[in-house]
Amino acid sequence: MRSERKASVLLKCAAVAGLLFLHLPILLIFLYAFTTEDTSYVFPPPGLTLDWLAVTWNRPDVWQALGLSLRVASVSTVIAIVLGTLCAAAVSKARFFGRETISLLVILPIALPGIITGISLRSAFNILDIPFSTFTIILGHATFCVVVVYNNAIARFRRLSGSLIEASFDLGATGFQTFRYIVLPNLATALLAGGMLAFALSFDEVIVTTFTAGQQQTLPIWMLEELVRPRQRPVTNVVAMVVVVVTFLPILAAYYLTREASSSRST
Amino acid sequence: MLARLSDTLWRRPGLFILLLLTPPLLWLGIIYVGSLFALLLQSFFSIDEFSGLIRYELTLKTYYELLTPANGDIILRTIIMACAVTAAATLIAFPIALYAARHARGRLKAFFYLGAMMPLWSSYLVKIYAWKLILAKEGIINWVVEGMGLAFVLNAILAFPVIGGNSLSVSYIGTFIVLLYVWIPFMILPLQAALERVPEPLLEASDDLGATAGQTLRHVTIPLALPGMIAGSIFTFSLTMGDYIVPQIIGSSRRFIGQAVYAHQGTAGNIPLAAAFAVVPIVVMAFYLWYARRRGAFDAL
Repeated sequence: MRSERKASVLLKCAAVAGLLFLHLPILLIFLYAFTTEDTSYVFPPPGLTLDWLAVTWNRPDVWQALGLSLRVASVSTVIAIVLGTLCAAAVSKARFFGRETISLLVILPIALPGIITGISLRSAFNILDIPFSTFTIILGHATFCVVVVYNNAIARFRRLSGSLIEASFDLGATGFQTFRYIVLPNLATALLAGGMLAFALSFDEVIVTTFTAGQQQTLPIWMLEELVRPRQRPVTNVVAMVVVVVTFLPILAAYYLTREASSSRST
Repeated sequence: MLARLSDTLWRRPGLFILLLLTPPLLWLGIIYVGSLFALLLQSFFSIDEFSGLIRYELTLKTYYELLTPANGDIILRTIIMACAVTAAATLIAFPIALYAARHARGRLKAFFYLGAMMPLWSSYLVKIYAWKLILAKEGIINWVVEGMGLAFVLNAILAFPVIGGNSLSVSYIGTFIVLLYVWIPFMILPLQAALERVPEPLLEASDDLGATAGQTLRHVTIPLALPGMIAGSIFTFSLTMGDYIVPQIIGSSRRFIGQAVYAHQGTAGNIPLAAAFAVVPIVVMAFYLWYARRRGAFDAL
């Protein structure tokens, strides 16, 4: 393998350069959140200040948008966990006709561009005369969140051996007891991880939301308005930083949850 | 009562599966598939030129409108951009995925995995916002370029017809960079998964038989990783094609499909034309998926 080792210096440089390209732009957000400049995006910042944190803290519109985003993300996540788990349980349990179609159906809302999902929902709501509200936002979000829970749950169901469940029944447990003491503990970390990803997905979603929201502003919609017509750049900088932190934490947690489960199983 | 119910369900798995599937299928079937059909239906309606109201009778008139030069340009422009972004994403993602899959070990591997996964999940709008800061006239790129005395190079690049513009943030180059940045994580992960499945003995055999590293890469590694590459390209291509926010914020005034859909359904109120525009990516993706399936790319998803 001498030749491969030689090539790997060049490869390493390309890989590291690629990772820098992925991460440096996000880090820049943290610098801009503290700049004293409030009318342009000048680099390097003329000075650093903590003032904008306080200004953002006292903004009711930011709090309202954040509150709506958290509400929508929580409800959508709960719906996605229920639907995604049911679907994964059925698909993993047996080979039956139309199994592939069901996988496709679950993946479709995320495989097709968001704008298709968005405008489809919007035209459906229009036809049915459903007014746009928090409810319609949640309908949209839950639909594309199902897939992440489904993916996590089905991977775990495949590893959960059927003999464990049969043993539980043989020992006289009821279906509910089996679910409570055997299936659920085995699934728990996968569902938690899937739920966190679903939460992050919903918290960040903007494309479908622009079509399904009425007058309500989720945090991404608030940010989009600022991107299109910048009015309060310093506040936007701070909000962007907060969004990075809020999405970063659940994803890191989801990673460690699924990783520990799989490594403890293999040892 | 509960116990008997669970016993019945255990003995009749078909019924149990049906019960499990009913709620998710009702949700996805009614809300999602129903909406897709509503969209498809709308695209066969047309708009009355005089009243501006939608005429609810089936016609292909709206699809003819798609073929007018202005609308055709939008479709062509979007597909070219999606191809360019997909190609560039493959080029940049490949070394990262290859290094992470074949060379990194232990903690470095975890670092690379997280390094590729975090951007996938970090906020879409924040990414765009970061590039707005970077590409701005007073931003970091111009600062670096001027600091190195290379302003004339940037100006020469921006002077190119079509892809250039007054500044990076209003040119196709800007749109291209941001789309690439936003969607490239969707290429890295499937590619990495595919590269990890390339069997080590095959590479050793190729090496033993006297192939250079480049030959091994070209004749062994890349063909075996192709399904992963196609799987990644499905995402980058589809997501670029449907994006309407990036070109709206960073780019010239010439539209992409997503923007056309958004504009026609919003201010213009021409839902049939918006729907017809939205059908274009669906059809393109259907062909793409059909081709990918034939190449066995679905196993790598």
